[in-house]
Amino acid sequence: MKYLSEYRDAATAEAYINELHRITTQPWTIMEICGGQTHSLVKNGILDMLPPEITMVHGPGCPVCVTSISVIDEAVYLAQQPNVILCSFGDMLRVPGSGISLLEAKAAGADIRILYSPLEAVTIAQQNPGKEVVFFAVGFETTAPANALSVIQADRLEVHNYSILASHVLVPPAMEAILGDPSNTINAFLAAGHVCTIMGMEEYYPVAEKYRTPIVVTGFEPVDLLQGIVMAVQQLERGEYKVENQYARYVQREGNMLAQQTIREVFSISDRIWRGIGEIPQSGYEVNEQYSTYNARIKFNLQLNAAQENTACISGDIMKGLSKPKQCPNFGTLCKPEHPLGAPMVSSEGACAAYYHYANDAVAMTV
Amino acid sequence: MNKTEPITLQLQCPMPKFDFDVITLGHGSGGLLTHRLLQSGVFNMLKNDMLDQQHDGAILNLNGPVAYSTDSYVVSPIFFPGGNIGDLAINGTVNDLAMCGAQAKYLSLAFIIEEGFTMEAFWEILVSIKTAADKAGVTIVTGDTKVVEKGKGDQIFINTSGIGNIHPKAAVHHSHIADGDVIIVSGNIAAHGIAVMSKRSGLEFETAVTSDTANLNHTVMALLDQFGADIKFLRDPTRGGVASVLNEIAGLTHLGFTIDQALLPVEEGVEGACEMLGLDPLYVANEGIFIAIVKKDSAGEILHTLKTLTYGGGAAVIGNVHTDHSGKVMVKSRIGGKRLLNFLTGEQLPRIC
Repeated sequence: MKYLSEYRDAATAEAYINELHRITTQPWTIMEICGGQTHSLVKNGILDMLPPEITMVHGPGCPVCVTSISVIDEAVYLAQQPNVILCSFGDMLRVPGSGISLLEAKAAGADIRILYSPLEAVTIAQQNPGKEVVFFAVGFETTAPANALSVIQADRLEVHNYSILASHVLVPPAMEAILGDPSNTINAFLAAGHVCTIMGMEEYYPVAEKYRTPIVVTGFEPVDLLQGIVMAVQQLERGEYKVENQYARYVQREGNMLAQQTIREVFSISDRIWRGIGEIPQSGYEVNEQYSTYNARIKFNLQLNAAQENTACISGDIMKGLSKPKQCPNFGTLCKPEHPLGAPMVSSEGACAAYYHYANDAVAMTV
Repeated sequence: MNKTEPITLQLQCPMPKFDFDVITLGHGSGGLLTHRLLQSGVFNMLKNDMLDQQHDGAILNLNGPVAYSTDSYVVSPIFFPGGNIGDLAINGTVNDLAMCGAQAKYLSLAFIIEEGFTMEAFWEILVSIKTAADKAGVTIVTGDTKVVEKGKGDQIFINTSGIGNIHPKAAVHHSHIADGDVIIVSGNIAAHGIAVMSKRSGLEFETAVTSDTANLNHTVMALLDQFGADIKFLRDPTRGGVASVLNEIAGLTHLGFTIDQALLPVEEGVEGACEMLGLDPLYVANEGIFIAIVKKDSAGEILHTLKTLTYGGGAAVIGNVHTDHSGKVMVKSRIGGKRLLNFLTGEQLPRIC
């Protein structure tokens, strides 16, 4: 754990906080993309320690939060089919669809398995040749290689009762959608370290250039985040808009080429509806034609009606950085983790859940 | 998690020859098969004077105030690193009594077994029950065995209840907690939950982490002998972990609790697994530690003594009680920030990335 403890060191954190107070001369709004970063900021009490000029807004980088309600409905529908075993990452289970969540479907008898690795789903398919096994393949670029690998593995082993329900989303198009919105107030981004570990940094240079916005690829530990914020503020104060890499211990400029190749083998880029935001062109991965027999949408001929979001949930404004969770009139009253109106209150990485679980009264007063 | 996994066992103790390999509905019928299972299995293993009387119930002699508690055990998988459902069922109830300030004396033991459960696995669980009961110094005085149809249970469920006298010096109640009191945890947190999760179907990962399942009664009685009413509150943070216990007590006492992240004892392997799975060790289950809220003036001495006792070697002061932010639990982060520690909502689920 030494590789983590260094990035949780109180003295180092204090040095960065002091530096931030020293260099900040005017108000700046910085968006951290990833839900893991949001949670770390709130969980470690960092928001209270920043200079008052710096406002952190919480981006759309929570895969559970942005998976559209219609896709949840598709997963629930598949899970309810008598011959289907639906496998999923754990935190998708509580998210409400337009009807019920997967957890409720499971309680009603659906065979739903929580997995940590999609390759395990292929093994389950081998063990249950009389059943159809579907893996609910959600996530950003981070989880795409392993999900793609499961398809390649199934194909290699001729496991034909395996398919995936893909709902992958991509970070750069979402950043462009946020920056392209005239109401946005964002001065700089902390890009998601894990996503860039896979994809590298190349995609971010044109975004930084086009919108004249600094982007700092940042990790998830308190010292990572503080250093990332310092790097962003240094650029802002100097009037620069470069792509920088705080998370150099994992992220290389070209990313993980083998993982990218695996993604390209199985997926093609497609339009994707983001929950709370709407359709963003070319912002997702879908199983490509070559592997279409492993695409659950084709295999089960899924044609569900598009479902409507709950209008009481302002998750779109929260994920675009236009509102803070506690500005929502339903926060903590009508909307709580045990009965969420929208996904950001459900997911372990959702901004609303982060504020609900961790934010102390001081944070509540300042947002 | 949904499906029964085959069990491979290394028996702790040779199994007597039974004329059946698996438990059938007949073993719960009350007839000859039940009789044989009980005689050559349960009674043979747990043999004692009270059980030998084979009454419908146990006739007990207890004087003075007693504590009485019950718990059901449905853990999955039933065998996990460091223990199984058998020792868990004994230790759990023994510990519940200890947290009331009572020394467990007598236990009841009831099985609900799914048809087809192997005799070998049942025997192994019985051996663990016997070992755990002996270690805790409790006598199993009454029990029950039922068999349900395949698919109507999950291998085996166990219920135990226990009774025992309250320690004469004990005054364990949340109403005694006051401003300035100190929060002590008796050992490393979160081991049990991680050990169990590491063996769950679909989530398996390699780890050296073992469950902390243990009987805490002797440790607690030794503390009460020496410190009596200075130990104001005791609770074993099982389901929901340390965070849930503290929230519950903060709510009941209307006092504020603050714990310091840097002081929390977490074993390295447990911390690593929690990082990987996206779990907060404060919410992960424990089966062999307790939280003690103690009088400030005695806290140093209590910690010192606890560290010399069995299962107390890893004890640490983790925080204190005050009158600020009434009813809430705060955590001071390693870097000095403060955050709210809330109740867990639902089950802790492993995250996506």
